Amino acid sequence: MKLLTGNEAIARGAWEAGVVVCSAYPGTPSTEITENAAKYEEIYAEWSPNEKVALEVGIGASIAGGRALVAMKHVGVNVAADPLFTVAYTGVNGGLVLVSADDPGMHSSQNEQDNRHFGRAAKIPVIEPSDSQECKDFIKLAFEISEQFDTPVLFRITTRVAHSQSLVKLEERQNIELKEYVKNPAKYVMMPGNARRRHVAVEARLEKLEEFAETTSLNKIEWKDTKIGVIVNGITYQYVKEVLPEASILKLGMTFPLPKKLITEFAAKVDKLYVIEELDPFIEDTVRAWNIDVHGKDIFPQIGELLPEVIAEKFQARPSVPVSNLAPKETQPSDAPEAPIRPPVLCPGCPHRGLFYVLQKLKVTVAGDIGCYTLGSLPPLNAMDTTICMGASIGNAIGMEKVRGKEFARKLVAVIGDSTFIHSGITGLINTVYNKATTTTIILDNRTTGMTGHQDNPATGMTIKGEPIKEVDLALLARAVGVERVVEVDPFDVKKLERVIKEELAAEEPSVIITKRKCALIDFESDKTPCFVHEETCIGCKICLRIGCPCIVKVGEKVKIDPTQCNGCNLCAVVCPTGAIMKEGVADA
Amino acid sequence: MPKVTNILIVGVGGQGTILASRILSGVVQKIGLDVKVSEIHGMAQRGGSVVTQVRYGREVASPIIPLGQADIILAFEKLEALRWLPYLKEDGGIIVNDQRIDPMPVVTGAAAYPEGAISYIQSKFAKAIVIDALDMAIQAGNSKATNVVLLGLLAKHLDIAKEVWLEVLKETVPAKHLETNIKAFEAGYSSIG
Ligand SMILES: Cc1ncc(C[n+]2csc(CCOP(=O)(O)OP(=O)(O)O)c2C)c(N)n1
Repeated sequence: MKLLTGNEAIARGAWEAGVVVCSAYPGTPSTEITENAAKYEEIYAEWSPNEKVALEVGIGASIAGGRALVAMKHVGVNVAADPLFTVAYTGVNGGLVLVSADDPGMHSSQNEQDNRHFGRAAKIPVIEPSDSQECKDFIKLAFEISEQFDTPVLFRITTRVAHSQSLVKLEERQNIELKEYVKNPAKYVMMPGNARRRHVAVEARLEKLEEFAETTSLNKIEWKDTKIGVIVNGITYQYVKEVLPEASILKLGMTFPLPKKLITEFAAKVDKLYVIEELDPFIEDTVRAWNIDVHGKDIFPQIGELLPEVIAEKFQARPSVPVSNLAPKETQPSDAPEAPIRPPVLCPGCPHRGLFYVLQKLKVTVAGDIGCYTLGSLPPLNAMDTTICMGASIGNAIGMEKVRGKEFARKLVAVIGDSTFIHSGITGLINTVYNKATTTTIILDNRTTGMTGHQDNPATGMTIKGEPIKEVDLALLARAVGVERVVEVDPFDVKKLERVIKEELAAEEPSVIITKRKCALIDFESDKTPCFVHEETCIGCKICLRIGCPCIVKVGEKVKIDPTQCNGCNLCAVVCPTGAIMKEGVADA
Repeated sequence: MPKVTNILIVGVGGQGTILASRILSGVVQKIGLDVKVSEIHGMAQRGGSVVTQVRYGREVASPIIPLGQADIILAFEKLEALRWLPYLKEDGGIIVNDQRIDPMPVVTGAAAYPEGAISYIQSKFAKAIVIDALDMAIQAGNSKATNVVLLGLLAKHLDIAKEVWLEVLKETVPAKHLETNIKAFEAGYSSIG
C-alpha cells in the first residue's frame, strides 16, 4: 500500500492500464497527473501548447491504436471542447480518457463550472472517483469502457480528490498490444455524410451505456437504515459516510448516463431521498425528471464545496435523521481578535513586480490575463483591470480600443505570460495587426509556466522529459505576424522599462514589449545577496512598500527587510528615493 | 465509525508545512493505521495561508477535518493559529510557533496584525503551547528546520514511539541535512512544551 494523491494514482492507473501516450496542458488541480505519467519510461508524455492540441494528440494516438490519457483543468475542457464533441462521434481505436479536474470552491481557478455537463452534451460517459484507490481502479475501468463502447470517456475529479492522499494498492502494468491501424474514413473523416451516420451510432451507444450503468460495479448501494437514502458522487461519498453513518447510500461512480432502474429501486426502498452533489444539480435534475421525489439543491448550496460541516448543519436542522457528532461549532467567537486575510503575493524577487510597479506608476489601463502576474491586480500594485480566461488580454484590449478610440489606446496595454501567449495569445496578436488595433502587448517572459509550478513550454527550450529543444523565438514570432515594433527589456531595469512603455504607447501602431527575466524560483545564476535598509538614511517615506514585496515590513516609522526571504532583486533599492536600501556587503564601500 | 485522530497543520506558503505532514503521515502508516491527507496547493503557495489536514485511525473516510474536530493544531505562525482556531475541539491541543509573518494587508496598512493572538489562544485553550521554533532551529544549525522542531514537539504529544519518528525522518530528509534535522527534532521533543 502506498500513500498517493488522486493525481499520482491516476498516473499510476494509466500506466497499469498500458497507456502509451499522455498529453496535457498544465492547470491546477490536474498538473501532477502528467508530471507523474512522464516518470514512466513506457509512456510518451508531453506538455502541449494548449488543451485543444493536447486532446488532438490524444485522439491521434487513439486512432493509431494506442491507449491515451489527456489531462487538464476544468476550464481547459472549454478550450478542448471542439475536438471533444466530434471525437464523441468518431469514437476510438485505442482507449481514450480525458481527465477533467474541476475546482469547486475555486481554490485556484477563475470559475467553478461543473464539467459533468460536457459529458451529457457530448454524449459520452462520465466517471467520478472518490479517493485515490478509486482514481487508480476507475481509470483502468475507464479505458476498458472506452474500448468496449467505442467512446472517449470523461473522467471527472475535483480538487479534493486530486490533491488528497490515501492508501493505494499497486499492481503491475498490463501488457496491452497496440490495436491494428486500419484506414477508415467513414469513421474518422467527419464530413456531413459520415457524421450523420456516426450520430446514429452515438445515440445507439448511449442506449447501451444506459443499460451498462444499471449493472456496472462503478455504481453501488450500501444499505443501512432506510429512513433516508442518499445519492452521492465523488468526494461527497466520503463526507456522507462520516456525517450520516446510518444512512443508506447509492454511490454513483458513473454519473452519466444515469442508471434509471437502480435509482428508481433505491428511491422506492427509502423513506426520504437526497442527492448530495457539489455544484450543479446534475444528478438531481435527471432524477426529478423521472418523477421521483427528491431533495437536493433545495437544501444544499450550489456554490462552493459541500464540506462535511455544511452537510451536517443541514441535517441537524432535520432531526429525523441521525447525524454523527459533527456539531458545527460557532465560527470565530465575537471576542476573538480579528484575523486579517493572507492573500497570495508575487514572490520576493519576482520579475513581474518590476513591470507592475511601472504600470501602476503610469496609471494605464491593463487588460490582464492568467498566470502569476494576475497577482499584480492586488494591492498595493492594483495594476490590472480585467482577467477573463487564458489569452483574453489581447482581444480584450482590441475591443476596448475599438469602443473608446485611439486616444484611449495611448494608455492601454495587454499583459500576458509566455506560456499563456503560446496557449492562446498569438491569435489575439494576429488580430491586433489584422484588424488595425494600435495597442501595446507586453509579454512577460519569465522562462516558465510559473503559476502551475514551473512546467516547461515551447518557449523555454525544454520538454517535459527534460530534453533540450529549439525554443520559440517570441520576438521573431511577433515580427512574423506583422508587428514591426518589438522590444525586449529586463523588467528590473525599471527606468528603461518605463521609457520603453511610454514610447510604445505613444506609437500609433501595434507593438510588443517582451519583459525577459527568469522566474526568481528557477533563477540560480543571478546574485541573490539580500538587501538591507540603512536605518539612518531611511526617512520612513514607505515608497518601497508600494512594490508589494513580502520581505519588506514596517518597523515603527521605518522599514526592515527580512534577509531570509529576500532574493536580492534590488527593486526596492531602485525605488528608494534616499538610497537607504542596498545589498549586504556593500554598505561600507 | 472507529476513532479518528485529526491533526491540522497550518502556516504560510514556503514554511515547510508539507514536509511536516509527509513525515507525520509516514509515521502513522508505519504503525499500520489508515491515513488520509488533504493539502490544497495552487494559489496558496504564493505566500498565502496554507493548511494540511492529516487524519488517521483504523479506518478513515473523509480527508477533511470538519470545523471543531481537530484534536491538535500545529501552527507555524501566530496569525494562522488564530485563523484556524474554529477547527479545534473544545479540549483540543494547539502548538503555536511564536513567529510573526505580516500578510500584505498588514504591510500596506489596510489591516492590523492581531497583537493579542497568543494570549487569546491561551485564554481559550488550556492546552496551548507556545514555542520559538525558529530560534531553536537556528540553534540546531538551520533556520529551515523550524518545521522539524515543531514536529518534534508534536511527536511528544502523540502516542507513537519516538523511534518510529526518527526512522521516518531518516527516510524522508536528504542525508546531508539529517544531522541538523535530528537535532531539531530532539530540540522540539525535549522542549518544555
Ligand atoms: C484554459 C486554462 N488552462 C490552464 C489554466 C491554468 N493556468 C493558469 S495560468 C497558467 C499559465 C501561466 O504561465 P505564464 O503565462 O507563463 O505566466 P506565469 O505564471 O509564469 O507568470 C496556467 C497553465 C487556466 N487558467 N486556463
